[in-house]
Amino acid sequence: MDPLSLFFLSVIFLISFPSAVYSFGYLKNEASGKKQALALSLLVLFVAAMVWVVAARNLVVFLVAWEIMSLVSYFLVVFDSTQEKSVQAGTIYIVMTHLGTAFLVIAFLIMSKYAHAFDFASVKAACALMPEKTKNFVFICLFIGFGTKAGLVPLHIWLPFAHPQAPSHISAIMSGVMIKTAIYGIIRFVIMLLGVDSIWWGVWVLVFALISCLVGVVYALMEHDIKRLLAFHSVENIGIILLGVGLAMFFLSLHLYYLAVLSMIAGLYHLVNHAIFKGLLFLCSGSVYKATGTRDMEKLGGLIKNMPVTAACFLLGAMAISALPPLNGFVSEWLTLQAFFLGAGNVGSAGKLFLGVGAGLLALTSGLAAACFVKAFGIIFLAKPRSRQAQNAFEVSFSMKLAQVFLSLLTVVFGVASGVVIKLLAGICAFVLEVDATQMNFSLNNFVLSPQPGNALYLSPPLLALLIVVFGVFAFLAYTFFGNRKVRVFETWGCGYYKLDSRNEYTATAFSKAFRIAFSFFLLPYRKTQKIRESFYHVKSFSYETHTTPVFRKYFYDQILKIVFRSAKFGRRMQPGSIHLYLGYIFLTLLLLLVFMHKF
Amino acid sequence: MKIIILAVQLLTFLLLSPLISGLISKLKNNLRMRKGQGVLQPYYNLFKLFSKEEVISETASWIYRVTPFVVFASTLTAALLIPLLALTSPLQYLGDFLALIFIFALGRFFLALAALDTSSAFGGMGASREMFISSLAEPVACLAAFVLALQFGSSNISLFSGMHPVLLSSLIAAIALLFVAIAETSRIPIDNQETHLELTMVHEAMVLEYSGKSLALLELSAAVKQMIWFLLIAQIIFPMQAMPFSAGIGMFFWLGWFCLRLIIIAVFVAVLEVSLAKMRLLRVVDYFGFAFLLSVVALVCAIIGV
Repeated sequence: MDPLSLFFLSVIFLISFPSAVYSFGYLKNEASGKKQALALSLLVLFVAAMVWVVAARNLVVFLVAWEIMSLVSYFLVVFDSTQEKSVQAGTIYIVMTHLGTAFLVIAFLIMSKYAHAFDFASVKAACALMPEKTKNFVFICLFIGFGTKAGLVPLHIWLPFAHPQAPSHISAIMSGVMIKTAIYGIIRFVIMLLGVDSIWWGVWVLVFALISCLVGVVYALMEHDIKRLLAFHSVENIGIILLGVGLAMFFLSLHLYYLAVLSMIAGLYHLVNHAIFKGLLFLCSGSVYKATGTRDMEKLGGLIKNMPVTAACFLLGAMAISALPPLNGFVSEWLTLQAFFLGAGNVGSAGKLFLGVGAGLLALTSGLAAACFVKAFGIIFLAKPRSRQAQNAFEVSFSMKLAQVFLSLLTVVFGVASGVVIKLLAGICAFVLEVDATQMNFSLNNFVLSPQPGNALYLSPPLLALLIVVFGVFAFLAYTFFGNRKVRVFETWGCGYYKLDSRNEYTATAFSKAFRIAFSFFLLPYRKTQKIRESFYHVKSFSYETHTTPVFRKYFYDQILKIVFRSAKFGRRMQPGSIHLYLGYIFLTLLLLLVFMHKF
Repeated sequence: MKIIILAVQLLTFLLLSPLISGLISKLKNNLRMRKGQGVLQPYYNLFKLFSKEEVISETASWIYRVTPFVVFASTLTAALLIPLLALTSPLQYLGDFLALIFIFALGRFFLALAALDTSSAFGGMGASREMFISSLAEPVACLAAFVLALQFGSSNISLFSGMHPVLLSSLIAAIALLFVAIAETSRIPIDNQETHLELTMVHEAMVLEYSGKSLALLELSAAVKQMIWFLLIAQIIFPMQAMPFSAGIGMFFWLGWFCLRLIIIAVFVAVLEVSLAKMRLLRVVDYFGFAFLLSVVALVCAIIGV
């Protein structure tokens, strides 16, 4: 095992263990005993397959493990096979994932053709001698193949279907870990085996990563199904991770090794962080589902009173994913932004412009993510319950709480102890990029990060945390001991009306309205209103729905599907049922094969 | 020594910041040919709020109660990032410009949650609008920081201070930051501090349910935040030396210039506020689109080297 595999192995176990613990409470009363046993064995198989993927040292072995991982996760997506939705989601997932695998097979075949072997060491040696054009082609194939698994826009289509349908602890593993194996693939095959030497590879990755960030977060803002919202955030965060990886490729091709290592650290750091907080958020959303039986945010609300532990855990996860200090998401986004900032000093004019706009778009993404999680937490956990299920919610069982609390503590630990984490990551990144990093320092000590010594650039998450706590306590003391101490609890002001209930609250749809209009050029929203009238003057009921057009599905996938169906219809003419014709086909095939044998 | 500087800096922010709000308010009234309230009115308000009874909504959870402390603490932490008396901030290992942006985001996040917590539709409206505006402001601030980092070597705020030549690029970046600051301090044309009309209020809608001491903490934090933004912009446009630690004429001039540059920005903001009307919410997109474009222009200037 080399450092890279060990790193991914630890991420896999870091998320899988709490998810497994969580599953005991989650599946209780949910499925029959047999089905629970099946779920557990599938979970073990799933984790084993992922371990195999990152441990493989041979193209064929990797592909087999990859395929097992995809198939087992398919079974887990359709685990609740009584639901029509699960089966449909599973189908989309398996078609897309095999499309990706097909591209991987092409890339691997070309690589092995040059190497005359399948093990990584000889492939690597052969790739160094590969002609430029072939190399570019292999890169594109690998990028599409792994991009599909990672959920990169426009190949993300399966993700918002598959992740919400799987049981929540599986969603946590799929979103937290499985899509990260695609990042592993890109690092292993593109950076380590193929070797980066064209600038446009890095630029290409960066452009797609930026698109993923923005598209993911904008779609997430529109969503009011909790798990779909989280799935779209996975698209966004994969984008942020790939920004780090893409920057590393970009700087590597410019021979800026220090910056390449820094960007790679940022990417891998965000990878761990995303695994932690996204795992946490999926587990919490599973708890909400378990307690209320719905994933629709518009029917939730006020859960913080009945589910205090889950609410606190979700809050920490939401803060981490919104990059709020001093939690882990903040540190890795800060590092990614600094990679943009510091890189600008070393590249040409066009590069500076590109990096500047890229940094701006990343900041936009994090701003939108914060808005999205204010919406998610505020609508689900705060104010008054919007339905009876939400009113009667109860806190989940101990094993589920344990897993949530463990992961939420990790969001704090990985934020505050970033100095230590960075040192560990520097070693891994130096190994990946084959750079001597013994002279490179990314932190002054365990408490202060300093991405570029000599530039007086510092960040100290522990100090930030300490100051916020100290000032908070100071303010609390001043609040408690000075001034008027009288506090009265009274109903919310309602403009003079009284007995305002949960129907007067702001909804998730209303919260995102401004965003829906601002991004309408991309979301193409439309509304359906229906009035049922008793007479001209009296409207008996009024219904209002608003939807956004799934642009990629409608204008890209549906069109492809149409073409496929049309050509299938055309191809059906080949099979008219005449035995003579079939014999002719066999003869023709034989003839072609003979020619093929002779020619090649 | 460091501890003293730290304490003096915190006290300066806490004691001086309401004065800037009072000054702007007075100026605005005078410009409109009104007499207006005294410059010290914000202090009276804070004092009054501190001795008032507090009313808390019955639907509110602990998020609502803890928010004033989080907002106050995060704002004070941000205040320590700014070099005030010396050329470097008292805790320069604490963070940089980007950290400042993210620390403000922490306070805003909690304030928006608290607004949703009371189940008042006003709060929801305010939270939605505030998050909308701030998410659009973030790329502008980030790109401006990028330009400044390109010119000064890194995004450490202490590097922007001291006597440095004011290049065109940093001037334009500072103007872009002023756009952000106007939005962040909830001023016209983005927001209006003086109104309690449901159609227009943003920040006021979020804090609508707060009263008494909690409201005092939130108002004080808003004032400190405003002073941080003004100081930051002043540092870039009007460079100045470190405080001379000697009693005498030098010290007097230093303090004069220190106050004057804040007053210049305050006057500018006040004139801007009386001469503009509040924008419709959706026009905020154009506002920040223009500001982002300004930042891009600043970046191009920085690349050319002017």
